[in-house]
Amino acid sequence: MLNRLKQYGIFVVFIIICLILSLISNQFFTVSNWTIIITQASINALLAFGVTFVIITGGIDLSLGSMVAVTGVTAAMLAHPDIYPVALPVFAGLISGLLMGVFNGFIITKSKIAPFIVTLGTMTIGRGLALILSKGRPVSNLSDSFNFIGGGDVFGIPFPIIVLILIFAICSITLKKTLLGRYIYAVGGNEQAARASGINVNQVKMAVYSISGLLAGLAGILLTSRITTGQPNAGAGFELDAIAAAVIGGTSTSGGTGTMTGTLVGVLLIGVINNGLDLLNVTSYYQQVVMGIIIIGAVVLDSWNQKSNG
Amino acid sequence: MSSNPKNILQVQNLSKSFLGVKALDNIQFDIQKGEVHALMGENGAGKSTFMKILIGLLKPDCGEIIFDGEILKTNNVHENLKKGISMIHQEILFVPELTVAQNIFLGRETNHRNWLNDKAINHKTQELLDLIGLKINAHTKIKKLSIAQMQMIEIAKAISNNAKVIIMDEPTSALSDKEVSMLFKIIKDLKEKGVAIIYISHKMEEIFEITDRITVFRDGNYIDTKNTNELNQNALIALMVGREIGSLFPEKVTFKGEKKTILSVKNFSKKGKFENINFEVLAGEVLGIAGLMGAGRTEIARAIYGLDKYDSGEIILKGDKINIKSPKEAIEKGIGYVSEDRKALGFIPAMSINENISLSSLVNYSKVWFVNSTNEQEATSQLSNDLKIKSTSINQKVMNLSGGNQQKVVIGKVLLTSPSLIILDEPTRGIDIGAKFEIYKLINQLTDKGIAVIMISSELPEILGMSDRILVLSKGKQTALFTKQEATQEKILQYAVN
Repeated sequence: MLNRLKQYGIFVVFIIICLILSLISNQFFTVSNWTIIITQASINALLAFGVTFVIITGGIDLSLGSMVAVTGVTAAMLAHPDIYPVALPVFAGLISGLLMGVFNGFIITKSKIAPFIVTLGTMTIGRGLALILSKGRPVSNLSDSFNFIGGGDVFGIPFPIIVLILIFAICSITLKKTLLGRYIYAVGGNEQAARASGINVNQVKMAVYSISGLLAGLAGILLTSRITTGQPNAGAGFELDAIAAAVIGGTSTSGGTGTMTGTLVGVLLIGVINNGLDLLNVTSYYQQVVMGIIIIGAVVLDSWNQKSNG
Repeated sequence: MSSNPKNILQVQNLSKSFLGVKALDNIQFDIQKGEVHALMGENGAGKSTFMKILIGLLKPDCGEIIFDGEILKTNNVHENLKKGISMIHQEILFVPELTVAQNIFLGRETNHRNWLNDKAINHKTQELLDLIGLKINAHTKIKKLSIAQMQMIEIAKAISNNAKVIIMDEPTSALSDKEVSMLFKIIKDLKEKGVAIIYISHKMEEIFEITDRITVFRDGNYIDTKNTNELNQNALIALMVGREIGSLFPEKVTFKGEKKTILSVKNFSKKGKFENINFEVLAGEVLGIAGLMGAGRTEIARAIYGLDKYDSGEIILKGDKINIKSPKEAIEKGIGYVSEDRKALGFIPAMSINENISLSSLVNYSKVWFVNSTNEQEATSQLSNDLKIKSTSINQKVMNLSGGNQQKVVIGKVLLTSPSLIILDEPTRGIDIGAKFEIYKLINQLTDKGIAVIMISSELPEILGMSDRILVLSKGKQTALFTKQEATQEKILQYAVN
């Protein structure tokens, strides 16, 4: 029983925090507040899903925030009204994210340099590219159909939430039910043994960094559409929130374990805490301190959990 | 038994188990001041466990170690080193970027108000090096020295520790003849000073040249202690390997099908690892590969399986010349490999039995990209039953299984790929006797089905008990190929140390 509770440790923490917040603030448990929480969390969620794949293989992706900026600016430059159909900026945003992810994967698998270093490099490269593309200025005047992606709703449900649910389902199924998902766990669990078992380890790594880039592209489009401008400085520090969400959700940075559901809970936890602290009028300076404490707490919980399983 | 005052070190009734497997059982050992005492035994006899206990790296389950008339109670590395038990390791443990003097005095630097005094240690080191006749400057960085020089520095370090007992584990394995005679001169000097030396080596000539007494271990048991001049080489080998074979191994059924050649390897070479290796394996046959550690056995297996590259030679599988570049290709061609290093290469600890067994053949249980878990679990639970893997369910994580069951999981994974050739590298390492027998039975079942098996093993009885033919390697070269009838432990060992 205790073990089962530990397994869902972060879920329990999440529910307790929600209960506390609903006792303190009567605005917390309202449909409109939750719509805000989830809509705001959707961009972090996309990045966190992508980086979860990466972290399970034992890697890391620090270039997420920069990829958001590059893809956002790319999409915005093609999204001015009445020039191209809306599909083009979307497609270009996704492709530019995918290409950056492929680049990460290629360097990591060919050079054997630590992913931390490689993606630290692409983080800087990406930021520079975003500034070059936009000439350092925000790209505004976007078409209404493009702005619908981040701001519109279908039957009252904000479009970002629909994207979130769809991508969550795809990622979750990929991890649990497909060959790739199994191989991702194997590579992270014991890379040498995975290779000796006939798994093409480099292919798996290429795949996870590509997925991470692709989802960063989607996040970039969503963000640009929501703020109706392509900001070359957007997304700074987003990678840390995404990694934090994955780790809070039980993905081990040493690789081999983690689930999409865990990451989703991590994303929502971060969203709920930010929202709750807003409702309580806590200044953003304090919010950062609280968030840091929660991240460390989650990792401590995770390491206890691993010890009791080992 | 009371302690003999002449003994600098005496060990009584010492035992040690790992996870229920007895590594040492009721060991007796003693050594006098100024004595060179050889410790002999096959790989796995318990020598290294015993050494680790003496230097304080492991704690014994029971038994006593009496050092210099005093029972060692705490038994930790630091304490034992201070009291005077030092070990010259097989692998050299130095900090390459520091100088000879800094390494020798690492952890006990002379200091003045917390400032390092390199002058003092350089001076002391130089004295020490001159004393044992080493022409090395104390300022030299360790990384600039040869392996042999480093080994000498290790000895100097032990002397500077005022060691009363020095353990030397294969000290000559990296030395040239000239360096060996230099080492022996140092050993003789140490003897005169009353230092006791425990000497471990596979090289027979050395043992008879340098040691006073010999103690033999076998399978974790103490066998005997003799004066070196009472023994000859054959008598010593007999003590080391002399056990009943036969009852440990299941009855073998000869394969009735056509004995086609499954694999043949021609002029197979990799620089510095193995040279000009030639052999073939037939369907339904076990080819044993024997040799000492470092003879190149595992390297050959890894090269055939595509884990490492090789320089030249041919691999012919069922008549086709093949060029395997990765384990993936090897598996597709019908070659399976069970590694000697189960933890590093065998399994994914955090994955279940089911997921581990299916890992190499998951494509066969998938449609497009999706794993068909019903089919997968059917196959893996069938295999898990056949192999008698003891577990709560096939969803149990492999890290929670015993060594023997983990090994069965790894073998299961290989079997599910339906190989025509299986390479088993030390298949029973770290496994208890009962599980060993089951692995042997399994090997017989494989050959009965016409699968060709290459079995690499350091345990001679296993090689003799299971193989149809035996290839012997020494230092990367093939020195003999025996049939089961021709082979004896003595012959194999002779060609292996050759």
